[in-house]
Amino acid sequence: MALDEETIRECAAALLAGYDPADRLEFLRARFDVGLAWVHFPEGLGGLGAPRELQNVVERELAGTPQPDTGVQAIGLGMAAPTILTFGTEEQKKRFLRPLWTGEEIWCQLFSEPGAGSDLATLGTRAVRDGDEWVVDGQKVWTSGAHHARWAILVARTDVDVPKHRGLTYFVCDMHAPGVDVRPLRQITGEAEFNEVFLTGVRLGDDLRLGEVGDGWRVAQTTLMNERVAIGGAPVRRGGGMIGLVADTWRSRPELRTHDLHQRLLRLWVEAEVTRLAGSRLREQLSAGQPGPEGSGMKLSFASLNQALSGLDVELRGEEGLGYDDWTFRRSDSVDFFGRGPGYRYLRAKGNSIEGGTSEILRNIVAERVLGLPSEPRVDKDVPWKDLPR
Amino acid sequence: MTLLYTEVEEELRASVRDLLADRCGPDAVLKRIESASPYDMDLWRTLSREIGVAGLLVPEEYGGAGASAREVAVVLEELGRAVAPVPFLTSSVLATRALLQAGEKDLLRELASGETTAALAVSLAASPYRPLPETVTVTDRGTLSGEVRAVAGADVADVLLVPVGTELYRVAAENVRIEVVPSLDLTRPVATVTFSDTPGEVIGSLDVRKVLSFGAGLLASEQLGVAEWCLDTTLAYIKGRHQFARPVGSFQAIKHRMADLWLDVVRARAAARNAADLLAAGPAPDAETALEIEAASAVAESWCSEVALHVAEEAVQLHGGTGMTWEHPLHLYLKRAKSTEIALGTPGAHRDALAVLADLPAPA
Repeated sequence: MALDEETIRECAAALLAGYDPADRLEFLRARFDVGLAWVHFPEGLGGLGAPRELQNVVERELAGTPQPDTGVQAIGLGMAAPTILTFGTEEQKKRFLRPLWTGEEIWCQLFSEPGAGSDLATLGTRAVRDGDEWVVDGQKVWTSGAHHARWAILVARTDVDVPKHRGLTYFVCDMHAPGVDVRPLRQITGEAEFNEVFLTGVRLGDDLRLGEVGDGWRVAQTTLMNERVAIGGAPVRRGGGMIGLVADTWRSRPELRTHDLHQRLLRLWVEAEVTRLAGSRLREQLSAGQPGPEGSGMKLSFASLNQALSGLDVELRGEEGLGYDDWTFRRSDSVDFFGRGPGYRYLRAKGNSIEGGTSEILRNIVAERVLGLPSEPRVDKDVPWKDLPR
Repeated sequence: MTLLYTEVEEELRASVRDLLADRCGPDAVLKRIESASPYDMDLWRTLSREIGVAGLLVPEEYGGAGASAREVAVVLEELGRAVAPVPFLTSSVLATRALLQAGEKDLLRELASGETTAALAVSLAASPYRPLPETVTVTDRGTLSGEVRAVAGADVADVLLVPVGTELYRVAAENVRIEVVPSLDLTRPVATVTFSDTPGEVIGSLDVRKVLSFGAGLLASEQLGVAEWCLDTTLAYIKGRHQFARPVGSFQAIKHRMADLWLDVVRARAAARNAADLLAAGPAPDAETALEIEAASAVAESWCSEVALHVAEEAVQLHGGTGMTWEHPLHLYLKRAKSTEIALGTPGAHRDALAVLADLPAPA
């Protein structure tokens, strides 16, 4: 069967004829089963093995039907799924992808540690082999959504005698396993969207290992690249997203306008627009099969733009900017910039240049991998992890 | 519509780039700008004859290529990369667009071949958002008098196109005094054009601001080319230059600046492509599309002006002392970038226009 736009439209029509979108879960399951979850995935795994650009056809045809929850499941969809697809066994793919996509099982990410943030490869959480199982001990941090996650992607150290990048292994962690302790980490915004996760004698079967023993760093690279592309996704509509919010404030509050604020707003409006266009251009490149290096840069622009815009929004509100919507401690399900007040947006945006790779690390990546500049001299490259100064 | 380059556009780019690599290297440009004739009219004729750049915007029925703003933009990128001293922007973009608007045909044919060159007699600093100063008047006898300063491309023009009120006049260059003044941009000098009882011929009506807006949207592509050359050249330099026993480009302080510049250029490319793509739309867009086009041009020109200048300034700094020397071609790019910042509306003027187009009103 030739997979063209017409075929995809027919599949979508058949799905709509056979299943009632009012039953959200059944509809999403059926959409996965007919291969319209992500059409470029293989058949049986939510896809049809079709060209990636045909996904746009699916989105158009199925607009207005229940959609996967990209808020709560951001890590599952943006990071876990592409990694499982690339490195998972057939059994792992069959077991995990469907409930991930439908949102029946939420995913989180166990990478960062108190002593290993930007220098992620120094992480010290140990996984020691015990027969068919691995025993995991350590502490992770900045874990978004761990409090409702069923599964996690986990990077742990399986060999301390080799240099840091080489002694890592990638696992799927069962968040319901004994020894997994999730504790809220209250943030600058007052809410606890993040967690600390303590892993004490957690036993994971070897069938939960993703990729080869010692190959964890390479697997993690796939995850991180996918994360950055996902985070860098800019609004598709001109004047939408954060700039739209600030522009609305500007339009509705003429008494707050000053010439200085006007100049700054116009500069940011232009920056938001060119960033949006660069995002569109990147998506065009991707669907034309020319994966450009622009992806790593998009998150960088998104972070600084979001911070500047949310800061301007608070400033231009004057007295109102001195207030805050709600400091009540809460466990949020996902980051919702638009459901909260300007103070929240300003504070939460501070994380945009830290999470998913700091802006400094991303600049290094652009400089070294895109521009081909030499790396800084490294003192840790050939030293076994156990001998590194700590 | 697409923000990518088509295959045809890439072929056009390759032909222009090859020819420029052959005939318009940095040394050749440096040598030329110190001579009495900074423009390379031989190169210009070759570009026109062999690649047909002069007639890109001219419809096929008048001997042109019938191409669109998208192809013109690609040529401008390459000419910007080479700071090529040829009258493409002035004759084949601004003057040609004015003739198309005025409905002229015969001169268009001549311009398409590149054998004749024209210049629109307006200041390069004229803004698409303000009425032109009325410095040229028509006498009772139908002759022109007055002066226009900072006209680009006038010194190599055979014909001057002079907007007076809503009319476009055609004047032979030999009847006009054209005095090149020492110019900041050595590769695109400006001249004072003086008309004194000069015979002119009305060739049609013209809204000159539309021509300037079209030119501004495309100038962004030339600026993209300038920025790209500066970025590439600086990259090569900092990879090779050693200090403190390391390539300068291995220091994080330098790498981060380069990453930021790259990101600015990536966004400049998207903005310039978007403007070119919209400007390529048909000759008579509906009112809504016309506003879209104007906004896209203003976005591209305000962003690309500042990016080209910023990258050029950073390039001078990162080249250290070498960046301050006359023999390194970098200064030609800085001068082009600074001049085009002023040309066809400053970044601030374009942003002011966006205040209206995007409904972000100024304080009362």
